[in-house]
Amino acid sequence: MASTYTNPEYPYRRSPDQDAAAPVHHPVIIVGGGPAGLAAAMDLALQGIKTVVLDDNNTVSVGSRAICIAKRTLEICDRYGCARPMIDKGVIWKHGRVYFGEEQIYEFDLLPEQHHKIPAFINLQQYYFEEYMVDRCRQMPLIDLRWLHKVTEVTSSADRATIVVETREGPYRLSCDYLLVADGANSPIRESLGLESKGQVFEDRFLIADIVMEADFPAERRFWFDAPFHPDQSTLLHKQADNVWRIDFQLGWDADPDEEKKIENIRPRVEAMLGKERKWELEWASVYTFRCRKMDSFIHQRVVFMGDAAHQVSPFGARGANGALQGVENLCWKLAAILDGRAPPALLATYDTERQHGARENILHSTRATDFMTPKNAATRLFRDTVLDLARDYPFARSLVNSGRLSTPCTYDDTPLNTADQADFDPRMRPGAACQDAPITGAGGQQEWLLQRLGNRFVLLLYGTLPASAGQQLEAALARLKREGNRTDVLWILPQGQQGSKDNEVVDSEGVLAQRYDLRPGSAYLIRPDQHVCARWRTLDADAVVAAAHRALGQDLAEEQAA
Amino acid sequence: MSKLNTDTNFTDADAFYAALADVHRDRSDAESAAINARLILLLANQVGDQHILEQALAIAGQIHIEE
Ligand SMILES: Cc1cc2nc3c(=O)[nH]c(=O)nc-3n(C[C@H](O)[C@H](O)[C@H](O)COP(=O)(O)OP(=O)(O)OC[C@H]3O[C@@H](n4cnc5c(N)ncnc54)[C@H](O)[C@@H]3O)c2cc1C
Repeated sequence: MASTYTNPEYPYRRSPDQDAAAPVHHPVIIVGGGPAGLAAAMDLALQGIKTVVLDDNNTVSVGSRAICIAKRTLEICDRYGCARPMIDKGVIWKHGRVYFGEEQIYEFDLLPEQHHKIPAFINLQQYYFEEYMVDRCRQMPLIDLRWLHKVTEVTSSADRATIVVETREGPYRLSCDYLLVADGANSPIRESLGLESKGQVFEDRFLIADIVMEADFPAERRFWFDAPFHPDQSTLLHKQADNVWRIDFQLGWDADPDEEKKIENIRPRVEAMLGKERKWELEWASVYTFRCRKMDSFIHQRVVFMGDAAHQVSPFGARGANGALQGVENLCWKLAAILDGRAPPALLATYDTERQHGARENILHSTRATDFMTPKNAATRLFRDTVLDLARDYPFARSLVNSGRLSTPCTYDDTPLNTADQADFDPRMRPGAACQDAPITGAGGQQEWLLQRLGNRFVLLLYGTLPASAGQQLEAALARLKREGNRTDVLWILPQGQQGSKDNEVVDSEGVLAQRYDLRPGSAYLIRPDQHVCARWRTLDADAVVAAAHRALGQDLAEEQAA
Repeated sequence: MSKLNTDTNFTDADAFYAALADVHRDRSDAESAAINARLILLLANQVGDQHILEQALAIAGQIHIEE
């Protein structure tokens, strides 16, 4: 096997907890140092919460798995401070081709919208993605990352969880207020608690091969239905960093996974595809059966499930790790507010409701893509082939071709944390939506991005100026929120052509911000710590801001429960 | 004269395709053929305009199946 990547080896370290007479108590313990667990540790650290992260291994992902990292994921990582190396290392792509049989039936350009800091997608091997996260975790003093510490037992009660951790130097016990479990799709902890992730197994197998080659074709996504070199099945070719190319061969249900993984069986498949003359080497290969499933509830007393342990999707649409990070950012600010006593424990249940919605959406999209690619009967096979045939000449049919709808952020439309619009607004940035980025200029004239100014606490975004009386009322309202522990910062947006004089006065330098958020003088948005909108107004009312912040912190839920 | 629209016009193309697959799930070939015939007649009536229907029929008739 070729190797463009050497897995880092993180050392085992003995923790003082292992020498304590009684089990040491921590506010939050995270099980699993994959994308979900690492993201949770960074998110909580940014909110001032200490965590212990336990991983049974001493390195990042062995072999790539995830390759397609979506914009929202990178925006979340940018908030954590680790997106830059990902974007620098990753392959930015926006062009794709779709083939049916011998021919290309169409090509597409993702035509990414201008004026965003982060590209629409990058392709980056999962091991790099995780390595850059680990690097960032190690810079954060609130994170205690313990490699080769394996959780072997979990007991949960109404007010705490206790665990047994196995190490090469023997076992030890810990307890915590909240145990965040991100131990992967097979989640032994989920099973040990008698909990289940339910859904559908797709009766199909895929050979996933990462090969190294110097190729003369561009970084495009190429997808074949029924390719001449791989008849009746689909094939995908996509570029990653270091001249590594991902090839997915659909194999069908009858394929023998152990045979298909052998290099002598992979070689002829790749040669049929790329030609015998082309030089390449295998970097990593595996055979997968995919499934879509989720738990009925992600919360079990003080144990909270995240990532693949909570919800799993087939990779068409790249919603696994991307979905995991959207879940993590949803959970962490809520947990921090509860631990600080700034929000009632009832707020936690909205992680479940909001992310059940997200998980259902991800499962729906990846199920539809899988169903399109693997027709279940003669009728759907005929429709699929007819769609592909018509797609060559008729644009309408292209909208039906589905080889994966790439991950986009979920909008929490029905959450009780939203304050419904009272005024007329463009629906795009409605309550529940993830904030879109826009270029801004700071008071010193420096170019910046809106999203860098949002997150980790509530932000009230205000467009234009306020009458003096309204300004005083607002100040009193913000002071009240601050007294309650919920710091809410104001970000003044000034129209193009003006100039800010304070740090929190920024200019909508391209006019894009006002457009994207449908701002008119006096418009205001309240934005959650996870950069999702929770309320907006055409005219600011200080009491309404306090009420909306309380609502977003789950105070109405607590009253309902108490009543 | 009215022209057949071959640009995307679905409000939700993926949801339509999923519903189409659903109506054919666990059906015999004969049942599927009958479902398709009924569907075409219903949609043709919705379109109504004979001129447009003829353009659609002309495209649909251009099949090339190797026997
Ligand atoms: C072929 C393939 C292609 C994919 N492509 C994409 C893609 O393009 N985009 C995308 O977003 N997603 C993709 N995915 C999905 C993605 O890989 C997963 O969603 C992601 O890894 C989930 O992260 P996680 O942190 O939940 O779990 P994992 O990555 O599985 O991490 C679990 C961690 O927990 C540790 N652990 C397990 N048990 C214990 C224990 N008892 N004690 C301590 N530690 C423990 C493990 O060592 C591991 O580090 C793909 C998956 C596959 C298989």
